[in-house]
Order: sequence, then structure tokens, then C-alpha cells
Amino acid sequence: MTALLETRGVWQRFGGLVANSDVSISVGRGEIVGLIGPNGAGKSTLFNLIAGVLPPTQGSIWFDGEDVTALPAAERCQRGVGRTFQVVKSFETMTVIDNVIVGALVRNTVMREARRKAHEVLEFTGLAARADVLASDLVPAEKRRLEVARALATEPKLLLLDEVLTGLTPTEAQTGVALVRKVRDTGITVLMVEHVMEIVMPLVDRAIVLDLGKVLVEGKPADVVRDPKVISAYLGDRHAVSA
Amino acid sequence: MDKTFTARRRRDLIIAAALAGLAALAPLFIKDVYVQNIMILTLMYAALSQSWNILSGYCGQISLGHALYFGIGAYTTELLFTKFGVLPWFGMLAGGMIAAIIAMGLGYPFFRLRGHYFVIATIVIAEIGLLLFQNWEWAGAAMGITVPVRGDSWLKFQFMRSKLPYFYFALVLCSLAWFVTWWLEDSKWGFWWRAVKDNPEAAESLGVVVFNSKMGAAAVSAFLVAIGGAFYAQFLAYIDPESVMGFQFSLLMALPAVLGGIGTLWGPVLGAVILIPMTELTRSYIGGSGRGVDLIVYGALIVAISLALPQGLVSLFSRSKAKNQAKGATR
Repeated sequence: MTALLETRGVWQRFGGLVANSDVSISVGRGEIVGLIGPNGAGKSTLFNLIAGVLPPTQGSIWFDGEDVTALPAAERCQRGVGRTFQVVKSFETMTVIDNVIVGALVRNTVMREARRKAHEVLEFTGLAARADVLASDLVPAEKRRLEVARALATEPKLLLLDEVLTGLTPTEAQTGVALVRKVRDTGITVLMVEHVMEIVMPLVDRAIVLDLGKVLVEGKPADVVRDPKVISAYLGDRHAVSA
Repeated sequence: MDKTFTARRRRDLIIAAALAGLAALAPLFIKDVYVQNIMILTLMYAALSQSWNILSGYCGQISLGHALYFGIGAYTTELLFTKFGVLPWFGMLAGGMIAAIIAMGLGYPFFRLRGHYFVIATIVIAEIGLLLFQNWEWAGAAMGITVPVRGDSWLKFQFMRSKLPYFYFALVLCSLAWFVTWWLEDSKWGFWWRAVKDNPEAAESLGVVVFNSKMGAAAVSAFLVAIGGAFYAQFLAYIDPESVMGFQFSLLMALPAVLGGIGTLWGPVLGAVILIPMTELTRSYIGGSGRGVDLIVYGALIVAISLALPQGLVSLFSRSKAKNQAKGATR
């Protein structure tokens, strides 16, 4: 079976800055893949390229067996790419349920069904009790959860999670981890960018490490963390040598 | 939860029907032509503001150029009537459609602009429209068009002896604009518009085609405003560029919605009911050259309300509800 998502030789340049250079990764169906790397490695850029926020300078992006490189974000969502944002982008003047209904409308044209779907997703993500609260009144952890809920309401095949566990208390992060597992168990493939290694490593099936815009290493999380190249990218050469 | 939502929507509909019913009975008790005149204008501006609110309130694309669509409605109707003998009812529809098409044509380049730049573009375009009509000989240029009097008739939508038919038409128009908003509020478009207003990037990631949403909102909004313009032209029986396309109309469409509550179902009506009688009264009581004074009163009121109630007057009504919700959440 072909991979669900594939990037083939993707480049992204911003003026003189090369954010992604020749990135080729693939994500199989049903996997949880972690995309990690130090700050400025090009993780967010790659995420935006996959979600369709901007087209790559060079290379192509394949989703579900089709070339989607030229498709805008909205159309990729319709094809089954759901995403969250690193800096949360809730619809602040709308209630939690209304936020989620916007997502649910992708697959449900009848309002009653979109609303039912949205309630279902709020149950699933544990936000049901907050359904009628304005998004602006949520606490940060709830806002992150709302990002996930909204994306899930679009019934994605692939869910892109951009640092959903960052900045949470350890307890909140653990509930987040449980939610990501639950999402995968429903058959949704997950690609997540994350900083907090000790949380993300036990969660993912496979990790891809980006550094300076290139794929540095990819493999099982346990192998990746021991890789000297990864250690030197994160901590500098001195630590890699002594390790 | 679904039940409370449906119940709220039904309650809104019942209240609106009751208010429209009461308004329909008002002329039985109010015979004063001056007061009737104010009521007609209030209903008309409520309808216009409600239509403006669709693009600027719900979809968040603030337009200060809606006078253009108002004028297009007025001119289409009267040009078709005086030059080709087309009945105003058809002219009204034609005006609405032309306005909608122009709104989308203008939206094509301008919806790429954001925030203040979009607002500035709308003002400039409306001013250009005004200048074009002031210099368009065939359309009467600055002299305007006098609607020929052919006797009172619903067919020609023309009444000299009584203002009541205009009153009822304005009431229907206002109810229509309200109902369209009510209906759109719980539709895919309504949700898309609010999402676009709050965060276009997030909306796009959830499958919302932002550009098309804006185009849709602009078309509906311009269509309804042009119907209002056609009505106003018949009501005045005389039009010239300044009196149907002047900048003040753009403001008078925006202010009631802003005052009452921008992007809300009841805001425009509430705002118009307070603002329009007040401007008319200040205009007639604070001296003949009161043009400045009523604007000062506006300004003061807008400043006071935006300081005290940034969400508009409707927030007075929803405050108790918000409290209940907060209670429900902490429970």
C-alpha cells in the first residue's frame, strides 16, 4: 500500500533563507510520526507546505496517492488533511460548539448533522461541558484541545498537530497524549511537531529529525535519541563526542 | 443543548413576528405624517443596516462604500422607468442584481486587501461612482431625475396622497432583511462568514474557501441595499447623485449596526430605532442648519456607547444569558 503522505524533494526558500532543502519524507497509514528538531530546523515550514498554506519552491507533495502540490489549504482539508496551529487560532467571538461546527461543515451540508457531529467531537475530546462558552473564555489547555476538536470535525485521514503538547502542565500533557492515542485508534494517521522529547518519544511510532532544513535522521524513537548526529544537533558536538 | 439552541432561534423568530405585527398596526394610532415619515426612514435604515451587517458584521469586511449600491438601486429603477417605461418592481430587481454583480466585480481585486486598506478602497470606489453619475448626461448628471407622477398605484409603486404604502413596503423590506440574516445565521454561509471574520487562516485550514465566502456576502449585502435604494427613489420621487449616493448613506448604514451590535441579529434594528428618530428630531428641533448638530450628537453617542458597551446595545440583553452560562460552566 502506498504511503498516505509523501513529500518528494521539497524545497522552500524565503529570499536567501533556505527553510527546507530537498526534504523527502513519507507517512504510512495509521502511524503516529513525530517531526522533531531544534528551533529553526524548518519543521513549521514543512508543516505549512503539507497543509497547503504556501506552495513549495520546488518538489511535490503527494496525499492519498495524488499530487496535491498545487491545491490550496481549503481543498486539502476537503481531501482529508486536518491541522492545528502552533499559535492557537480559535474563532474568538464564536462559542466552542460553533468553532467545531465550522470544521464539521466540510463533510456535513445539513446544519443539523454538522451540529450533531460537532457535539460528538466535543464528547470525544472532553470539551462537551464547555460547548456554549465563548472560545475567548477558554484557558490555554482548552484552546489547544479546541484546535484538535475543530480539525477532527473535518474527519481527516491525516491530522497534523503543531506543538499541541507544548506549554502544558505535565498532567495536561498526559491527557493530551491520551487524546492523541485515542485519535490514532480511530484510524487517523498523525504527524506531530513537538519539542518536548520525553513526552513525544514514547508516543510516536517513528521519529523524523530535521536540522537546518534537511532530514537528519529518521527511525524508531529509541534509536533516534541515541544517534550522535541528533545529539550534536540538539546539544552541540562536544556532547555527541562524549556520548 | 440542541434544544436550547433551537428554542432560542424559534424565540427570535416569534419576537420578530410580534414586533413586525405591532409595527404594522402602528399607523392605526399614529396619523401624524411627520412621525410616519420618521417611521418609514427608521425601517428603511434598519433594513439597510441589516444588509450592510451581512458583509461587514458577519463576514468582517468593513465597507464604507455601500452608498454606491444604494445609488445603483435608485438609478437603475428610475432610468428603466423614465427611459424605457419598465415598472419599478422590475427595476428594483434589476438594480439588486446589477449591484450584486458590481459588488462581486469589485470584490475580485479588493478582497485581497486587508483591514484598513479594504475600507479605504470601498470609500474611494463609492466616491468614484458618485463622480461618474454627476457627470453622466444621459442619467441626468448633477440635475438628477424627476420621477413622473402617474397617479397613485401599486403597479407603479407611486403614492402621493398617503405615505402608508411606503411604510408597509419599508416594513416588509426590513422584515425580509432580518429574516434573511436569521436564516443565514444558521447556515453554512453564516458559519463560514463568522469564521472568516475571526481568523481567515484557521478558516481556510477547515475547508472554508475564504475568497468565495466574501464574494457571497458582498453579493447578498449589495442586492438588499440596492432594493432599499430603489425604494428610496420611489419614496422621494426625485433623485440626484448626492441625494442617493452621498457618503452619508454609507455612514448611516454602518452606524445603526455598530451602535446596536455589529455582527448580531438584532443590532441593526435596535440601532436604527434609536439613531434614526434621534437624527430626524435633532435635525428639526436644533435649528435649520442643524446638519452639524445632529452629527455631533451621533458622534457623542457612538463614543459613549463604544466606551460603555463595546459589543453594542444588544449586549445589554445578552448579559444575563452570559451569566447563566458562566454558572452552568462552573457547576
